[in-house]
Amino acid sequence: MNKPLRRIAIFCGILVLALLIRTNYLQYVRADELNSNEHNRRVQIERYAHERGNIIVDGEPVTGSVETTGSDFKYKRVWKNGPMWAPVTGYSSQAFDASQLESLEDGILTGNDDQLFFDRTLSMFTGDKKTGGNIVTTLNGAAQKAAFEGLGSRKGAVAALDPQTGAILALASTPSYDPSVFAGNSLKDSDARQKLLKDKDKPMLNRALRETYPPGSTFKVVTAAAALENGLYTDIDAKTDSPLPWRLPQSTNLLQNEGNIPCKNASLREALRWSCNTVFGKMSDDLGNDKMIEQADKFGFNEEVFTPVRADASIYPKDNRPQNAMAGIGQASNRTTPLQMAMVASAIANDGKLMQPYMVAQRQAPNLDPVYTHEKEQLSQPLSGENAQKLQQMMETVVKNGTGTNAQIDGVTVGGKTGTAQHGLNNSEKPYAWFISYAKTDSGSPVAVAVVVEDGNANRDDISGGGLAAPIAKSVMQAVLDGK
Amino acid sequence: MSVVTNTTTIGAIDAPSRRNTELALVVFAVLISVYAYANVGLALNGELPSGMLGYGLGLALLGGVAHLAVRRFAAYADPLLLPLATLLNGLGLALIWRLDQSERFQQTENFVAAASKQLLFSAVGVALLVVVLVALKDHRILQRYTYISMLVALFLLILPMFFPAVNGAKIWIKIPGVGTIQPGEFAKIIIAVFFAGYLMVKRDALALASRRFMGLYLPRGRDLGPILMVWAFSILILVFETDLGSSLLFFGMFVVMLYVATERTSWIVFGLLMSAAGAVGVATFEPHVQDRVTAWLDPFAGWGKEAASEQMALSLMAFGSGGTLGTGLGQGNSDLIGFAANSDFILATVGEELGLAGMMAVLLVYGLIVERGVRTALAARDPFGKLLAIGLSGSFAIQVFVVAGGVMGLIPLTGMTMPFLAAGGSSVIANWALIGILIRISDTARRPAPAPAPSPDAEMTQVVRP
Repeated sequence: MNKPLRRIAIFCGILVLALLIRTNYLQYVRADELNSNEHNRRVQIERYAHERGNIIVDGEPVTGSVETTGSDFKYKRVWKNGPMWAPVTGYSSQAFDASQLESLEDGILTGNDDQLFFDRTLSMFTGDKKTGGNIVTTLNGAAQKAAFEGLGSRKGAVAALDPQTGAILALASTPSYDPSVFAGNSLKDSDARQKLLKDKDKPMLNRALRETYPPGSTFKVVTAAAALENGLYTDIDAKTDSPLPWRLPQSTNLLQNEGNIPCKNASLREALRWSCNTVFGKMSDDLGNDKMIEQADKFGFNEEVFTPVRADASIYPKDNRPQNAMAGIGQASNRTTPLQMAMVASAIANDGKLMQPYMVAQRQAPNLDPVYTHEKEQLSQPLSGENAQKLQQMMETVVKNGTGTNAQIDGVTVGGKTGTAQHGLNNSEKPYAWFISYAKTDSGSPVAVAVVVEDGNANRDDISGGGLAAPIAKSVMQAVLDGK
Repeated sequence: MSVVTNTTTIGAIDAPSRRNTELALVVFAVLISVYAYANVGLALNGELPSGMLGYGLGLALLGGVAHLAVRRFAAYADPLLLPLATLLNGLGLALIWRLDQSERFQQTENFVAAASKQLLFSAVGVALLVVVLVALKDHRILQRYTYISMLVALFLLILPMFFPAVNGAKIWIKIPGVGTIQPGEFAKIIIAVFFAGYLMVKRDALALASRRFMGLYLPRGRDLGPILMVWAFSILILVFETDLGSSLLFFGMFVVMLYVATERTSWIVFGLLMSAAGAVGVATFEPHVQDRVTAWLDPFAGWGKEAASEQMALSLMAFGSGGTLGTGLGQGNSDLIGFAANSDFILATVGEELGLAGMMAVLLVYGLIVERGVRTALAARDPFGKLLAIGLSGSFAIQVFVVAGGVMGLIPLTGMTMPFLAAGGSSVIANWALIGILIRISDTARRPAPAPAPSPDAEMTQVVRP
């Protein structure tokens, strides 16, 4: 009976061998794949097992971590002044993943990023506790505070840039939310998040980056730039060919101005000062759809912007003649994010150079060594320096003695443009109040800002860019200037 | 006049008993297990666990008593079987204790710490081993109980059918005040005794009375009878108790023993054909088995929909996250698997916390037990002993393969327990008894043949005097 016994011994050996091969296959070959499987809760457990790195503004963290009990997640994210910073940081929740900077920079914040490989290896030997790296932002705390408090209880958004570098200085959106309320994974967190998602005011919408509005009269600076760049007009003080009343092309409708303002054959400067619809509508029509799109594209329209947080693409579409004419005054199918209009203002303020907007100045390893530092980068040149300076003069006139006087700052040159964007069918809903502006000192412009207020509660007649939005822009610019 | 004729494969006259080797290995096994305890405690709470001394002493006592019993009653037994079983039992205790510390488990409603119970069951198991060694002076005595064994085994296997199913399988009986018992674990040993006794008597008929057909020896119908009966029986277990593992185990064990008894390859071919037919047949109409098969084919497909599939996926992820070196005892998350983490899926904890290295070590320990069992069968001098030893070690090998292969996704999951490692009273008690019987057979096999009695006749003829 020994021969079959030996064969059985071999058979048993094969069984064990099969198990050994299988365990090698699972734990060596497939280990990474299984480890990063979407259903593998260990990924989340690991993510919250260590203190997360912080997002830093003006050298101070606006985020933090607290130790929690009662679940397998050890640390929970907290925010300092969450509603104010939520549009910048996004959220990071144990149960509901993360968004915006918290999500995009997760590798650094958790300390798992490949850029931190050397650092991680080093701390493996030194036995340091694992922590995440930091994200140093470009934001200006005072400007952000001015923007957030300026908006107050009204719906709206503010985006402010440093025109010379593209650094984002303020990014506010109201109504906002406190990411801390659903940072954990309890039922309470889930309820809080549901409440936010169901809120019809959409507090979790980042209006500065992810909402597109009709730009209204603020778009007239783009139309003016197109006219100057294409040589339609060269002298901003020469009379334009602008009849009043002016009939929309291919239509029987007459384009109206707001009130009785001197728009007939008005110069560019005067037309912008009074915000003449007829002048800019005709200008857009004279240039044609293609040239308008071309100019809008140079300012960054029709493309998503990554700051690195994605901003929706602002739109200047292909359109028929009457629509294109209306788009020239920002009242047709062209739509824009507040960030985009801040980019327009900053390109003009920076003598025609549009810088790539960014909000991550530096990524730091846990030991505070920088692993990445942003170098400023030019995105495009929407208009020549000469034409930019012409536009600056026009915008400065608007603030000096036009519709934008509310943005004046003593001793500082301010250029701006108001906008009152009508929306809704047949202009049925309350308009959006816009204001874009920049401040200028001897050393160039330190700040350009775009403000939009969608105030459903204000008295209709009170809604105007100059009245509602300009004071907010002023206080943001003031905050940046005071910090210089 | 000292020509030694060695009649066994191993062992020779004056062969060393290797008891001291065994003692050293038992001490080593206990030390490793205690070290594992300390490791868990330090990883989880940063201090040595308070129960460590108790568990350590308990385990040392168990190993020591078993060793003394072997030294006294089976002095020539295989020196590896006891230490290997002690190592697995001790490691299992540490793993179960580690899972007891899981906060996820402690938060569930029906949480009961399993480690202290397991230590108690291990003590009962070792006591049974001692009883086997003391009471069973010669394994051939079991031969007398061939048909009684059959009846007892049948009774034990049918019994759970009358008790409610637990987690989809009817393999438990509940005795008020005592707890649940898995009679299948004991039936495994008893049925091996029956097979060994039956086949020893019938093996010539089975081996020789056959016709040759296409290179295979076809058995006669009347010899095929018992095989068909076992086949039908394992199918019945599968259908009524929805216990894939046990049917595979009994049928596999029977085929192995049949092959060894008859030395005919044709039996293996028949066995494989019949088990394949049975498995396919049952799988077509038994939803419980179908679930297991779909969960095996694509564990992640049923995520969130099927409990079986999710459990399988959780187990695979536990193995994957262990990687090559493991997370270290107490530092993994294998308890995510849920209620079966300390029984069916305990190997996933080994995989996650001890890693590929630990898994290979544990699998090799199992492999060593099996191969020492096969070696015992080779060394045994009587056919009954050979058959019983190969039956027990073969079934042990099949069980290890079926459970480990199941939790690692190599084959469909069947829901048996890893011998010695998993929490479960019946399992640990039965497996100590199994080791006891193997030790007894190996003692008989390795015991030096008694010196030939001096034959007065022979002496006479040798004396030549001039």
